[in-house]
Amino acid sequence: MTDVLQLVVAGLATGAIYALAAIGFTLLWQTSQTINFAQGEFVMLPAFFALAAMHWWGAPFGVAALLAIAASMLLLGVVFKAVIVDPLIRRGVLPLVISTIAVALLLKDGTKIVYSAEAQPFPSVFPDKLVSIAGVTVSLAQLGVLAAAAATIAALQWFLGGTRLGRQMQATAQNPTVARILGVNVDRMILYTFLINAALAAIASLLVSPIYLAKFSNGEHLGLAAFVAAIVGGFNQVRGAIAGGLLVGVIDNLAATYVSTAYRQAVPLVLLVLIILFRPQGLLGRREERVI
Amino acid sequence: MTRTAWTWLILTLAAVALVLGPLDLTEFGIPYAGLKRYGIYILTLWLVTAVAAMGVNLIVGYAGQETLAQAAFLGIGAYATALMAKAGYPFGAAFAASGVVSFVVGILLAFPALRVQKHYLAFVTLAFAIFVWLVIRNEEWLTGGVSGMDVRRPALLGLSLRPALYFYWFTLAITAVLVFAMWWLLRSPWGRAFTALRENPIRAESLGVDVRMYTVLAFAIGSAYGGFAGSLYAPLVEFIDPAPFSLAPSLLLLLMVVIGGAGSFLGPFVGAAVAVLLPEWLRFAESYYLIIYAVLVIVMMAFCPTGIVGLAERLLRSRRRNGVQDGTVALTRAKQ
Amino acid sequence: MTVVLEVRDLAKSFGGVHAVNGVSFDVHQGEILGLIGPNGSGKSTLFNCILGQLEPTRGEVRVDGKTITGKRPSALNRLGIGRTFQLLQIFPQLSVRENLILAGQEHKGSMLSRLFGAGDAGLSADADRMIAFFRLQHLADEAAGALSYGQQKLLDAAMAFMAGPRLVLLDEPAGGVNLTMLASLKERLQAINQDTKATFVVIEHNMEFVMALCTRILVLAEGRIIAEGPPAAIHRDPKVIEAYLGH
Repeated sequence: MTDVLQLVVAGLATGAIYALAAIGFTLLWQTSQTINFAQGEFVMLPAFFALAAMHWWGAPFGVAALLAIAASMLLLGVVFKAVIVDPLIRRGVLPLVISTIAVALLLKDGTKIVYSAEAQPFPSVFPDKLVSIAGVTVSLAQLGVLAAAAATIAALQWFLGGTRLGRQMQATAQNPTVARILGVNVDRMILYTFLINAALAAIASLLVSPIYLAKFSNGEHLGLAAFVAAIVGGFNQVRGAIAGGLLVGVIDNLAATYVSTAYRQAVPLVLLVLIILFRPQGLLGRREERVI
Repeated sequence: MTRTAWTWLILTLAAVALVLGPLDLTEFGIPYAGLKRYGIYILTLWLVTAVAAMGVNLIVGYAGQETLAQAAFLGIGAYATALMAKAGYPFGAAFAASGVVSFVVGILLAFPALRVQKHYLAFVTLAFAIFVWLVIRNEEWLTGGVSGMDVRRPALLGLSLRPALYFYWFTLAITAVLVFAMWWLLRSPWGRAFTALRENPIRAESLGVDVRMYTVLAFAIGSAYGGFAGSLYAPLVEFIDPAPFSLAPSLLLLLMVVIGGAGSFLGPFVGAAVAVLLPEWLRFAESYYLIIYAVLVIVMMAFCPTGIVGLAERLLRSRRRNGVQDGTVALTRAKQ
Repeated sequence: MTVVLEVRDLAKSFGGVHAVNGVSFDVHQGEILGLIGPNGSGKSTLFNCILGQLEPTRGEVRVDGKTITGKRPSALNRLGIGRTFQLLQIFPQLSVRENLILAGQEHKGSMLSRLFGAGDAGLSADADRMIAFFRLQHLADEAAGALSYGQQKLLDAAMAFMAGPRLVLLDEPAGGVNLTMLASLKERLQAINQDTKATFVVIEHNMEFVMALCTRILVLAEGRIIAEGPPAAIHRDPKVIEAYLGH
């Protein structure tokens, strides 16, 4: 029993990281109809920004981490929006989706060439000590990840629900046309969404890279986890993304132990298929109205 | 000359070029030395890639969906053919089976996915692509896993197709049949329905077009073409392993169709040519060619979403327009 | 007179907003029924509920006695109901003739006959007849996207009629059309109404167009019917005048 609990805790930790990626993904889709197929690479890349800062410029980890978040917000937020999304959304959703696929390829291969094809060890923010809580042995690092992700999500929720700017963003996410009529600067809200997504992805990157090692090919797995989490949770809700992420993380971890390692990757896929077959609106989503 | 006459002329010239291309014509007094074995291989690879790209084009360019799993269907076709060949079945049976299995799987994937939202199909194909690759890689008893499988080239009526030239002509013939089938499909009412559901699914639905059924069919047929391509790919390369059937080649197929010109008939051929030739030309910058590809796609999507074929059409039209500019202006004024 | 369309206590709410609040009416065969009302009165929502684009919160819609509430648009088309759209919805890359063939092809034959039969599903003649009727002959092979707005509106109407529907709902057919085209449109709609004995329901803001075209008019305000009758009576009805001026 304690083994299962350990796995669940570990699963919640990675799940919280997936949730961060899924929240950003969902927000982008809600506010600007952007399906970011490069979301996995967005979570892979910031760790390399930090590694570059540490190994090329000798920066200490704390500084490197902050630089990573800042660089991410600039490159994967502002530049991504200005160079990719804005010009392409005019052409329709399909060209934009294809371009994000191209961006994913670009970031993945770019990282492989510029930095390295090898998996890189990544320093952990939290010490990797084992502690015993209520008879269950858990890693301090895992608890730390869980706490950090939870804190980020809590901060985000407070921002969205408790500040004027946050409420404007929520309005934009629910109905941009009405929001515009109500005087919300919709374009700026969309920019903020991109910045938030980049920040969330960067934090996720810093939390996940110690566990999985920083590798250029991580994007595939992380992206898939984010997509599945978002869909499982119900594509149109932030709460859904959180629930979806945690569920995917726990199931993923349980699968690693109880299912053959060869097919471990398939488990989130099975979850995706089951949800689409039996509860397409996701666990927490609402049935969408038919389009006029 | 009328447009139909021009089309027939170009088609005949293309057919002659394709059939005679690899041959050494110097003995007939024509200063053309033909292609060596590697050149013929590249040409055949181009045809096989174009078949897969035609399938993607149907799904993306005509029905307006996304597929991230075409390489998985290639894999299904390739391994099905390899296994059936090993079990002694004739190539024709393996080829047909590859297409049928891919078609059925395509329907099973698309039908539930399209119940919900248009973009869910893309995620389902992503999941399927990864799943197929895992199966190919892990089920060693069936596929040989990462060690791969040898594939012998078939024999046609007793004539071995091992020589590169014979296999090329064989592939050319099959490709011609598949091209004709696609042309027939697109000129039929089904093709019109596909265009409708890409351009205006709401209106299409109100005109009685069963948008969901047509989308599922487009996806299934497009995936079947992936299976057919895989069936030709296996004997072409004579050795298959999981690598060419992972997610990255699926993405490349998607991108090459877009670069060539999604929604145009020639687009997949142009895109496949770019995809097959670019690594050859950029041999010196081998690791960069994916990046160049990606940048090319992004630039294309921003400035010319109709791809290379669209760009060519635009250039041809503007040249024609410059010649008869006054005439058309007068016509448009009269219309109003 | 046979009743073609029956709407019973139809209502549609979006959250707390009652866009349509209990609407009931009959439409008789051969009528041209006009549906007018100030902005936000619920006309388009009512249309969309009848046509299967939205699911009504309550109420029933019957065509020829059969319940059609909530059925998908493609199913309705096959029951003989056509519609035009407020925002023009033609297929810009197809030619005028191809647009019309598309509009009729799902009615003829089966999926198989559509795959292996003639490329035009035998509809070229019907399409040409429709083109002649709406006087678009010189544009038959032009891409629909190249037509002027008024011509596209004519095409839009023609497409709705290709499948020979019994009931056609027209959503602001006169919107954005210039005066000369308008007269032509009204005349063609009346002609096709006479020829085919089809029943029309028309949403429109252009008062003159509605009064000239329709045989009977319903006035909607705040999701409810507030007046009903022939054009002349509605024109003078004080309730109607107040509903429009009050906004």
